[in-house]
Amino acid sequence: MSELPGDLMYTSEHEWLRREDDGSVTIGITDHAQAALGDLVYVELPEIGQVVETGGDMAVVESVKAASDVYAPVAGEVTAVNEALADDPEKINNDPYGDGWIVRLAPSDDDGGLLSPEDYQAILDELDN
Amino acid sequence: MPFIPHTEEDTAEMLAAIGAERIEDLFDEIPAELRIDSLERVPKALNEMEVSRLMHRRAQRDGAPSCFIGAGAYEHHIPAAVWEIATRGEFYSAYTPYQAEASQGTLQTIYEYQTMMCELTGLDVSNASLYDGASAVAEAALMAVRSNRKAGSRKVLLAPGVNPTYRKVARAIAGNQGLEFEYLPMDTADGGVDFERLDQDTAPVAVVVQQPSFFGTLADVDRLTDWAHDRGAFVVAVVNPTSLALLKAPGHWGEAGADIACGEGQPLGVPLSSGGPYFGFMTCKQQHVRQMPGRIVGRTTDLDGNTGYALTLQAREQHIRRTKATSNICTNQGLMVTAATIYLSLLGADGLAAVAKASHRNTARLARGLCGIAGVEPVFDAPHFHEFALRLDRPVAPVLEMLAARDILGGYDLSIEYPEFGPELGNLGHVLLVCATETKTDADIEAYVTAMREILETPVAQSA
Amino acid sequence: MNVQEKLDSTLFEQSRRGRRAFAQAPDVTEATDLPQALLRRDRPGLPEVSELQVVRHFTRLSQKNFSIDTHFYPLGSCTMKYNPRACNTLASLPGFTGRHPLGPLSHAQGFLSCMWELQEMLKDVTGMQGVSLTPMAGAQGELAGVAMIRAYHDSRGDHERREILVPDAAHGTNPATANMCGCKVRELPTTAEGDVDIEALKAAVGEHTAGIMLTNPSTLGVFERDIIAVDRIVRDAGGLLYYDGANLNAILGKVLPGDMGFDVIHMNLHKTFSTPHGGGGPGSGAVGVGERLLPFLPTPVVSRTLRDGEAHYGWLTERDLPQSIGRLSGFMGNAGVLLRAYVYMRMVGREGMRRIAEYATLNANYLQARLQDAGFELAFPNRRASHEFVVTLKREAREFELTAMDVAKALLDRGYHAPTTYFPLLVPECLLIEPTETESKQTLDGFVDAMIDILSQARDRGASFKEAPHSMPVRRLDDVKAARELDVRFGKTA
Repeated sequence: MSELPGDLMYTSEHEWLRREDDGSVTIGITDHAQAALGDLVYVELPEIGQVVETGGDMAVVESVKAASDVYAPVAGEVTAVNEALADDPEKINNDPYGDGWIVRLAPSDDDGGLLSPEDYQAILDELDN
Repeated sequence: MPFIPHTEEDTAEMLAAIGAERIEDLFDEIPAELRIDSLERVPKALNEMEVSRLMHRRAQRDGAPSCFIGAGAYEHHIPAAVWEIATRGEFYSAYTPYQAEASQGTLQTIYEYQTMMCELTGLDVSNASLYDGASAVAEAALMAVRSNRKAGSRKVLLAPGVNPTYRKVARAIAGNQGLEFEYLPMDTADGGVDFERLDQDTAPVAVVVQQPSFFGTLADVDRLTDWAHDRGAFVVAVVNPTSLALLKAPGHWGEAGADIACGEGQPLGVPLSSGGPYFGFMTCKQQHVRQMPGRIVGRTTDLDGNTGYALTLQAREQHIRRTKATSNICTNQGLMVTAATIYLSLLGADGLAAVAKASHRNTARLARGLCGIAGVEPVFDAPHFHEFALRLDRPVAPVLEMLAARDILGGYDLSIEYPEFGPELGNLGHVLLVCATETKTDADIEAYVTAMREILETPVAQSA
Repeated sequence: MNVQEKLDSTLFEQSRRGRRAFAQAPDVTEATDLPQALLRRDRPGLPEVSELQVVRHFTRLSQKNFSIDTHFYPLGSCTMKYNPRACNTLASLPGFTGRHPLGPLSHAQGFLSCMWELQEMLKDVTGMQGVSLTPMAGAQGELAGVAMIRAYHDSRGDHERREILVPDAAHGTNPATANMCGCKVRELPTTAEGDVDIEALKAAVGEHTAGIMLTNPSTLGVFERDIIAVDRIVRDAGGLLYYDGANLNAILGKVLPGDMGFDVIHMNLHKTFSTPHGGGGPGSGAVGVGERLLPFLPTPVVSRTLRDGEAHYGWLTERDLPQSIGRLSGFMGNAGVLLRAYVYMRMVGREGMRRIAEYATLNANYLQARLQDAGFELAFPNRRASHEFVVTLKREAREFELTAMDVAKALLDRGYHAPTTYFPLLVPECLLIEPTETESKQTLDGFVDAMIDILSQARDRGASFKEAPHSMPVRRLDDVKAARELDVRFGKTA
């Protein structure tokens, strides 16, 4: 059973999103996603200032057996990236909702289409069956 | 049945286990209207003795001429041990080393190969090889587009000495992704870039520099490298590995060094063999390793902490990354790389330098001899390495034919690829490119010069 | 350093300054006339060792490999059949190995006659109208094939056709190739029985369809039964059909890709025609085309003209084929591999081609039946196996943690190379098993015994194979460390 904080929003692509006080959003991949990928060995981060569309490629997380795109759950401009992942991609494995955050965006769009923790849990339950 | 071990009894027992009456029943899911009864043009089988007779006859038919052609493939002595070992069944008939525990021989060999290529090119990382030198240039250009995103360009500029076939291959492989390949203007005096005529406002994604050039000339690669870097372009060095025993390694070109080096690996222990199989090598700076196409072997440890080797960074490759892979490539020229690794181990730095020097010396002797004939003169006023361009007083093709009739393959006719005056590449009509590697004796060279003299002493009208 | 480590060390660690294999280089002492500014100042760090050291080192390394010559190698999708030694010996005759690729036609007739006949034989076994031998591997053949499809549409002014349909079970090279050709990939679902989902195909085709890439028999080890319908649907939509020849071994002499409606095919000569895999290459990926794609073949192509009843062989170049997609290699492709395939095809002969498909299929179905009897679950239990089949360990993984990876590693300890694991991606915990026609019933029975042993040890005795293999030169390797702490050259760690 993977952990699922109640104060975050989710996507069907197994990403999470947290609205910060300054209006920005922080994005990472869920505990389920990191477990499915296995030990991460590399994270390809976007450039700061890059503008992304909703659903567009934003970053890549890579394990020895898989590489997976991280899509932008909302449109916006990249304002920060988690530089620490360059040397320690395993931070995502160890702490997916905390130290393992990936990108911060200044959103330019509303965030319709995001999932509540309950809705995302339902997706995970389906996968288990 | 050639190569099929089944006895009638085996077949019967196997069919019984399957629950089928006849082998034909196993094909019953193929629509009946599509099935065929026999082939038409494949001849009847030959046994090994018969096919051996046939192949000996055909191999002999092509003779054993004295070869002075280079132009991208070079005849070097190959130590007997190279192919004796490379064709051991354990190397020859093994698959790609995906099961690392059962493939340590291949994997460690590639690791040692990667090290050697890094040493020769002066760069940080090497892949496990690509198909050949030409396709390696195409892959290097694609890699530059991925790695040098800042440039925001798909234009690749080629120094004039880049093998014209490499440009064709690069276009065929990378053109559909919108890459363009254009030559820089040539200084017809030395075969290098005409710096006066360079467009200073251009901002290509990469500049490809071949050293020695296709014409055998050596250019001021430092200056060109710095020029390219000043424009935000990557420098892709295309180099002959034999020459690297003597010449400055691409990693040390200019202020910052080339970003990617690649080239044809054939001179390292691979026979001419009508053009293949050869192998393309590729090395690059550390920071670009994830955009490098092809397999890479890494050293790691096993459960007991012992050293072992495995394919690494596989998530870049097609079997995992599919559409977004760095390339569709799923081959390295494993067997050729095995041979090259053994070759470089046998020669070492001093041996390779001796091969390079001897080849260079022989070509210089040949060029001197040929230029002593009336009607023959050098084309470029530039230093050269182990290949030399000569202008004849008449078309090259009929001269080569007459030489071939004497079992001398006199070189490569540059008018094939450079048929006329071109604003960028100068006049290379009537130009012959010759090469004499360390395999040629003084007598071989003398025989060629004598034959050429006799042919050229015949007036043009009669020789054409 | 213990004895074993010393024996296994890299050649760089065995190197001693000043040692050399003195017989192997010309004796040249004179300095060259090359300008100082162009010369290298550092000495490349190649090993300095004796000839015996080199021979011993690489011979020992070779002994750490599994290979067809030493082990049964049932690697699905790879067709690891016996590589006859005659093919190597005869392709290595000095007349062939010594020939410069740019040598004149007067000194190439023997070689070219082999190549021309090879083209003709490949046309015959595929039902195609033209063949180019130049692609240097299967993936390059794919690139040539998709590029030809694109060039065909472009030549008709049909520039909107940029979509390539690919079944979700396909080899990764298919989508990667389409992408390299500047095309978009559209994935097609597979039915539970392993065929292409025809309704989904109907919905997918349209005015953007450039073509479809199919492997038949598919990567799932079954023949695509609806091939005639697939052909009609794609063709009616204006698309072309691409045949991925990875599994050609299964149908040689039984059915022709040309008859199935395919416009273009690549062949993996290192699979079907038994040229060596060489530890990962060289391959050879000749392409064949039907009438419509003839003008687009990659160059060069071998030609034959008859003069006074005598055959003269030459090359068709871009001048003869102005619409060609161009050149894919520095010269003509992997000529030495092509010669090996030629010798193999001549030794197998017309009748032998059919027997290859027949006995490869017999072996696969026999192994499939025996493993099913032994309690292994088949991914497609209601289907004939082609020359390979898929076993899934989904149940074993769930019930007693026996995964495909575990079985693969446990097989190594029993003297068998592992089947292909975790491919096709559609089937969880799968093994793709391809025995090939050159293995005897006794070898297959031995393999079944090993599989039964592994299964029963795990199921009945709770044995774990997580730490297997135990008898190989190394134990399971730390892939994560290899990727995180990249060490790809001796003496320098990233």
